[in-house]
Amino acid sequence: MLEIKDVTISYKNVPTVKHFSLNLGKGQICSIVGESGSGKTTVIRAVLGLLAGGGKVTDGDILFEGKSLLGNTSEQWRKLRGTDISMIFQDSGAMMNPTKKVGAAFVEYIRTHENISKKAAWNKGVEMLEKMRLPSGDNIMRSYPFQLSGGMRQRVGIAMGMTYQPKLLLADEPTSALDVTTQAQIVRQMMELRDEYGTSIIVVTHNLGVAAYMSDYIVVMKMGQTEDEGDREHMLHQSVNPYTKKLLDAVPSVGGVRYVE
Amino acid sequence: MSNEKELILEAKHVTRRFPASNNRVLTACNDINLKMYKGKTLGLVGESGCGKSTFMRFLVSLDTPTEGEIIYRGKDITKLKGEELRQNRQNIQMVFQDPGASFNPKMKIRDIICEPLLNFKRIKKSEKDAVARKYLEMVDLPGDFADRYPHNMSGGQRQRIAIARAIALEPEIIVMDEATCALDVSVQKTIIELIVDLQKKKNISIGFIAHDLGLIQSFAHQIAVMYLGNIVEVLPGEAIGEAKHPYTQALLGAIFDINMDFSKKIESIESEAPSPLDVPPGCPFQDRCEHCMEICRKQRALLTDLGPEHQVACHLYQMGMTPASSGGE
Repeated sequence: MLEIKDVTISYKNVPTVKHFSLNLGKGQICSIVGESGSGKTTVIRAVLGLLAGGGKVTDGDILFEGKSLLGNTSEQWRKLRGTDISMIFQDSGAMMNPTKKVGAAFVEYIRTHENISKKAAWNKGVEMLEKMRLPSGDNIMRSYPFQLSGGMRQRVGIAMGMTYQPKLLLADEPTSALDVTTQAQIVRQMMELRDEYGTSIIVVTHNLGVAAYMSDYIVVMKMGQTEDEGDREHMLHQSVNPYTKKLLDAVPSVGGVRYVE
Repeated sequence: MSNEKELILEAKHVTRRFPASNNRVLTACNDINLKMYKGKTLGLVGESGCGKSTFMRFLVSLDTPTEGEIIYRGKDITKLKGEELRQNRQNIQMVFQDPGASFNPKMKIRDIICEPLLNFKRIKKSEKDAVARKYLEMVDLPGDFADRYPHNMSGGQRQRIAIARAIALEPEIIVMDEATCALDVSVQKTIIELIVDLQKKKNISIGFIAHDLGLIQSFAHQIAVMYLGNIVEVLPGEAIGEAKHPYTQALLGAIFDINMDFSKKIESIESEAPSPLDVPPGCPFQDRCEHCMEICRKQRALLTDLGPEHQVACHLYQMGMTPASSGGE
């Protein structure tokens, strides 16, 4: 469904991501794992054509349902983003306009993609929020982003992203800013999306524990290149890659290493 | 067991209430009793907004509790004023969550590390360079970093500088407020190793705030679990597997562990914590607890001894047991 073919992405002619390839089928969840600066966010931003600061795909191709995304005009992008491909950011609160209530932003978002009345858009928003298990969606629509907790904001972000049941969901560190309890809820919810709608998901994370739990396929990136890849079984038990081992080793584990007696 | 350990700081019945709008009161910390021991780590765990940072801020005298006292070296540090307060700050230092925000961006690393020492006239200005190098090397950074600015460094390196600044005064206690949660897991590991190493060398007591039980159990001697301003369980770090309180178990269930059983669904409490402005009467955890009984709705459970150094505040474990005399010696 999504094919990233030997892609090189450069910022100001300096290649940041080199020869990256990935194949994602329908209903698959893939994680890209790596430390800060390894280029994992750059990859998923390239898929959505949202490279920051003059970034460009200089080599290779990105195919979505067989069609290349690279030559898209802004009109074509507008049709694609938010309907076929959606993105969840690390802090959905920062993505929202702080001076607008959630409802206003949501209604605007829906009416950009669909020609319906404000009332209908509002109801659609409430329905999506409640699907994300946010209690009293109506109340949330009437709140400002700062009045919601981090977990609630993240769920609003997911609700917006899922409104049009996109075929592909890109999630950039969706749980890194959250408490462990909220993290578990969000991860579970994203997996339910896959089961319910067959959404393909790419998750960028630095936590191998989260990646191993939710994904069918894991790619480890280091310095802009694929360092190791494989399914969970391969990553956790069979991989002999020293970098993968180092990352695995760093995940704190209950009953694992203790530094003190 | 606790006799071998030297009590260094004790919080007794610490309560903090913040006034809120409409004459309501937000109780951030409710009757907290905790002890810290020389050279040991106390881990304080809980979700955002449970009051864990509020409590730790009392230790560094950034805030004062509404009620209760914190005894350190025989004195109640919450009542200190003026020069005495200033002098006391040498003994208890703090490392903040975001190393990018806790430094003056216009100061060089050398000045950042040496500022507290100069403030307390421990060193002369001419010694600055040597001292900065010494502490940089102590946190495994090259001495040349003294000439850099904070923005020239990665998050992990900045956090090392924050630790260097905190240990420069040779404090007895360091409070770390989510000191690693802004970092990558791999960097987090190296920082934890550094902290443990320094603790062993210098016999420092550490108060560490975190929301990840998996992390905290790897290096804390004592873990206190906090929920909506209340301590619900205190237990030794190595005994985390024997955690009894339903909330602690929920926190444990929410950890993504690479050794976990992947066929099992991740367990987590579905709801969000209620607002600390309207904590229900009775047990604060009642609405999210699977084992909620009638008594939980009416009466708050007190911390009860379950074993040596293991206390839990839950009605499930109070049958046939006498409530611990809270806090008293």
